[in-house]
Amino acid sequence: MTRIKMTRIRMSVNGVEHTHEVEARTLLVHFLRETLGLTGAHVGCETSICGACTVLIGGRAVKSCTRLAVQADGAEITTIEGLASDDELHPLQQSFWDDHGLQCGFCTPGTILAAHDLLTRNADPDDAEIRHALEGNLCRCTGYQNIVKAVRSAAASMREAGGTT
Amino acid sequence: MSAPTAPKFIGAPIRRKEDPRLITGRATYTDDIMLPRMVHVALARSPEAHARIASIDTSAAAAMPGVVEVYSGADLKDVIAPLPCVHSIEDLKEPSHPAVAFEEVRYAGDAVAVVVAESAVQAQDAAREVVVEYEPLPVVVDVVAATAEGSDLVHADIGTNIAFTAVTDVGDVDSAFAGARVVIEERFVNQRQIPIAIEPRAVVADFDAGYDKLTVWSSTQVPHFVRLLLAAVCGHPETKIRVVAPEVGGGFGSKLNFYAEEAIVAYLAKALRRPVKWNGGRTEDILATTHGRDQVCDLSIAADDNGKLLAVRATLYQDLGAYHQLLTPVIPGLTVGMLPGCYTLEHLQVTLHGVFTNKTPTDAYRGAGRPEATFMIERAMDLIARATGKDPVEVRRLNFPAADAFPFTTATGMEYDSGNYQASLDKLLEMVDYDRLRAEQETRRAAGELFGVGLSTYVEICGIGPSAAMTAGGWEACELEVRRTGGIVVKTGISPHGQGQETTFAQIVADGLGVTPDDVEVLHGDTDTCEQGIGTFGSRGQAVGGAALSRCVETIQNKARRIAAHLLEASEDDIVFEAGKLFPRGVPAKAMDFQQIIDAAYVASQLPPEIEPGLSATHFFEPSNFTFPFGAHLAVVAVDKDTGVVTIERYVAVDDCGRVINPMIVEGQLHGGIAQGIAQALYEEAVYDDNGQLLTGSLMDYAVPKATAIPEFELARTETLTPVNPLGAKGVGEAGTIASSAAVINAVVDALSPFDVAHLNMPASPQKVWRAMQGGG
Amino acid sequence: MFPGEFEYHRATSTDEAVRLLADNDGAKLLAGGHSLLPMMKLRLAVPTVLVDIGSIEELAFVRQDNGDLVIGSMTTHADIAASETVAAGHGALAEAAASIGDVQVRNLGTIGGSLAHADPAADYAAAALALDAQIEVLGPDGERSIAAADFFAGLLTTSLAPAELITGVRFPGAGGATSVYEKFAQPASGFAIVGVAAEIKADGGSCAAARIAATGISDRPVRLSQVEAALVGAALDDDGIAAAAEHADAGLTDVRSDMYAAQDYRRHLLGVLVRRAVTRAGS
Repeated sequence: MTRIKMTRIRMSVNGVEHTHEVEARTLLVHFLRETLGLTGAHVGCETSICGACTVLIGGRAVKSCTRLAVQADGAEITTIEGLASDDELHPLQQSFWDDHGLQCGFCTPGTILAAHDLLTRNADPDDAEIRHALEGNLCRCTGYQNIVKAVRSAAASMREAGGTT
Repeated sequence: MSAPTAPKFIGAPIRRKEDPRLITGRATYTDDIMLPRMVHVALARSPEAHARIASIDTSAAAAMPGVVEVYSGADLKDVIAPLPCVHSIEDLKEPSHPAVAFEEVRYAGDAVAVVVAESAVQAQDAAREVVVEYEPLPVVVDVVAATAEGSDLVHADIGTNIAFTAVTDVGDVDSAFAGARVVIEERFVNQRQIPIAIEPRAVVADFDAGYDKLTVWSSTQVPHFVRLLLAAVCGHPETKIRVVAPEVGGGFGSKLNFYAEEAIVAYLAKALRRPVKWNGGRTEDILATTHGRDQVCDLSIAADDNGKLLAVRATLYQDLGAYHQLLTPVIPGLTVGMLPGCYTLEHLQVTLHGVFTNKTPTDAYRGAGRPEATFMIERAMDLIARATGKDPVEVRRLNFPAADAFPFTTATGMEYDSGNYQASLDKLLEMVDYDRLRAEQETRRAAGELFGVGLSTYVEICGIGPSAAMTAGGWEACELEVRRTGGIVVKTGISPHGQGQETTFAQIVADGLGVTPDDVEVLHGDTDTCEQGIGTFGSRGQAVGGAALSRCVETIQNKARRIAAHLLEASEDDIVFEAGKLFPRGVPAKAMDFQQIIDAAYVASQLPPEIEPGLSATHFFEPSNFTFPFGAHLAVVAVDKDTGVVTIERYVAVDDCGRVINPMIVEGQLHGGIAQGIAQALYEEAVYDDNGQLLTGSLMDYAVPKATAIPEFELARTETLTPVNPLGAKGVGEAGTIASSAAVINAVVDALSPFDVAHLNMPASPQKVWRAMQGGG
Repeated sequence: MFPGEFEYHRATSTDEAVRLLADNDGAKLLAGGHSLLPMMKLRLAVPTVLVDIGSIEELAFVRQDNGDLVIGSMTTHADIAASETVAAGHGALAEAAASIGDVQVRNLGTIGGSLAHADPAADYAAAALALDAQIEVLGPDGERSIAAADFFAGLLTTSLAPAELITGVRFPGAGGATSVYEKFAQPASGFAIVGVAAEIKADGGSCAAARIAATGISDRPVRLSQVEAALVGAALDDDGIAAAAEHADAGLTDVRSDMYAAQDYRRHLLGVLVRRAVTRAGS
């Protein structure tokens, strides 16, 4: 049996530094889920369509199933587990709850993080902009209506609070 | 019983109790379960749609790094029994359905070997090294051609592709057609769809040799069925099997089943004495999770000059796929049953053929048999309107049963529990200002636009269902425990996976016992906790599961009143239980808190001998009938003349699902349901080529609608209670899907009327619409 | 699903990347990974060595150079779509970038990766051809520049030599022309069923110059020279544009066909998109 070559990677995930040896072909999503135990990023497809695996790298939404863990060496990553601070929900989490923006919840972490990316670029998106920004996140339960509503109300409460959190 | 007090929580749009774990990434789905010493399973699947397995060589796979064991179908056929189908169809042909194929493969995706390895990566790598020599056999793809004499066969041993033929013949169809002024014939196709719950199916199993206990976690809607069928298929005592449906990421009927992988993983956990996981991912999920719809129906409609529907004659072909899964042959029976829709119809003749093809098995998919019926009867209404020159609204009104005609028995023997079809249609027309909408249509048509308005007035069969009409029970079970601290635990047999019953059930208990929803913990999806149940499907969670809970609440109320009567030295009939207080009628000053009753029930020292200690209740609720929710939907569409692209400009729906416990959740169910119906109308189709290869094998090809593809919905309700359960709730999970495809297609066909298009099958893709405009529809 | 095993190298400079490519048979470049990784997961691509150039920061830039617009190969679709510099003179490029995939894909996918992958339905391909781009490459023998017209060599095939990598893409200044990109997207993948990039220089109400290219229609992007010829000198009104658009599929052979668009429908869409693109670019 040939020994599998491992690569050492270092990254910050939700503000915590991690150093691990990984096989080059390990996908970031599996590294997060299996090595770090952050199972909030889900795997819903193999073709970069569904977006359930979305995390933030340097604040930008990316599909962690289409990223090798080694490519994320040195990156700053935020997963759904790192979005709330001190047990206080992020405005997006709060609005998804208040506005019934989820049902089965499987797509929800990725959708919230994609919406987070949008709101850092556009503090006051209209419905069409919200829908466009969520094209990379399939939801089979909600028909999207309450997701759009939740993003709209999170944007409003974030503007009120004076900028992004 | 005390007079019911005004509900405080029932009817309120309370935020869901299940959400905090879901929005923070702390929920546990099956694939999130990682156990020490766990091994991983990968399945080698047939690339051929139909072939004889000439030979299979697993030695190269077995030599791969990390591989623990490799099994061929032949290795497993004596330890895992064929997969079951639950039905009551006479003379049904039931070819054996092995969990892993060993002589012949019958669809692309049929499992041929099982690889177990230390990691998922190793298992999948090794599965690629299983060498199978296939001798191709003729492939059966077309469901209608498959019924022809001399067709190639999917199952040579049964000598036909027709698994069953069922004839329904009511009234005098021939005479009705002979005398009809309007006769319309059309072929209706409900295309094959892939359910695509965003969580692909996964299974984990663990075996405790000390207790001989098998625990299986599965992404399922029906853990109790899985427990029962695991016992049957794997030969392990049912009393020593625990099935857990942890967080489940959507189901839509596709997880209302018993799958090969559940049996395989359970068997392996016991055989290997190690925890085992299988997660097929999207690619396998698309191949090996049941598909939905796939019906072709040649329908003839007879009507009179006024648009009165006289008779329906149909030959319906249901594509079953390669095997029967749990309920495969049962689904099209629902289409036949609901074919009359919400109209009076005396004469009906349907010949239904269930037909095998070399494709993934079909089974329940949101709506399961009823969207097919709605599509046909609602299109028929528009075709009658077109033939008689009447407005579609007028034709529908003419054919509705009167609001006082309920319970109303249809030609197919369904007894519609309650309804008022005029009321929901009236409300809809008012919301959209129908006359103005038609005027706008004229203006826009005159300006050269393609603008269409489509209606769908639907009725569905839900609250499934009375046991007499089911093969494996249609009841639901519930336990309610009031604990010492006043905390209340509900253990329900339904298995919600997005429907929100942790919240709505808490609302029911809160009103019934004068507590708050926060005091109530709703447990589900674990057969060791909630020992009996049927599951979540057929829009039954509230109508049957909620009803079982209502009975439990009533039992607790009664016992609390008995205890209070004893303590207050009053007569039980005189005790009022209101807002958490118990007091003799007219003497609220003597009120005891519910907590005092709870204390008395558990301390028990003051209880008389005829009252048992404790405060809990268990009920099995048996509904007396199905429920028949209904409503009226309307779609407004514009068609791009250049490209054929359909844009839904407006979607308005009035639904009646009986009593609403939580309007926010009901609206959410409708949103999602309507979106899935729109998906069938405009976007989704599972396409196979002539060799039985699935061309839409990934989300790159199978068009699940994105946020930009779905419009905003405008919703309203009427509320007609059902008499068949104590809640009056009818169920709402499938309503949107059952209604919306027909509304959208009626609108598209209406938009295309300048091209004299009479009918369009789904999906109304840009290319198909463009062809219709070229006269090639 | 997991990619097959491979050896991983992270290049810190373009020279190192070229050397790694030259030294390893079967090595493939890994840029944003949004074309390659999905293919590797499905085992449609099984490279033995990957050379990751995603962290070579000097390859991510948008700049003006002697009137040309130059874009580094590792510039993401999102950055191109958001760049005012790009939008100012090269609208077709900005619009093509904005139309790719979804937010997450645009955040990581790069122009160099997309061009090198040469998907027959790729959006940049039409823009590169219409805007007369030069693909700047570096190889063991040094730098060279390949005209877009010579770059695309067939299905998933380019004229890049084995150890060459794309360093940037150079677009001549617009010179007063306006360009746009019109796309008819496949609903599932978001790829172009047909995409048309049009660069129009208007003179009064008529067309002084036109460059039009389409993607999704064939195994590689195609220039629509008959439409261009018909447009030059013609009025940029509905009739003039419609007449020119009649030529959209003239001379095209091997038009692609799939379940979303058979050949006749694809040809028809091409005409529609040409008309829409020229109308917008010429107004």
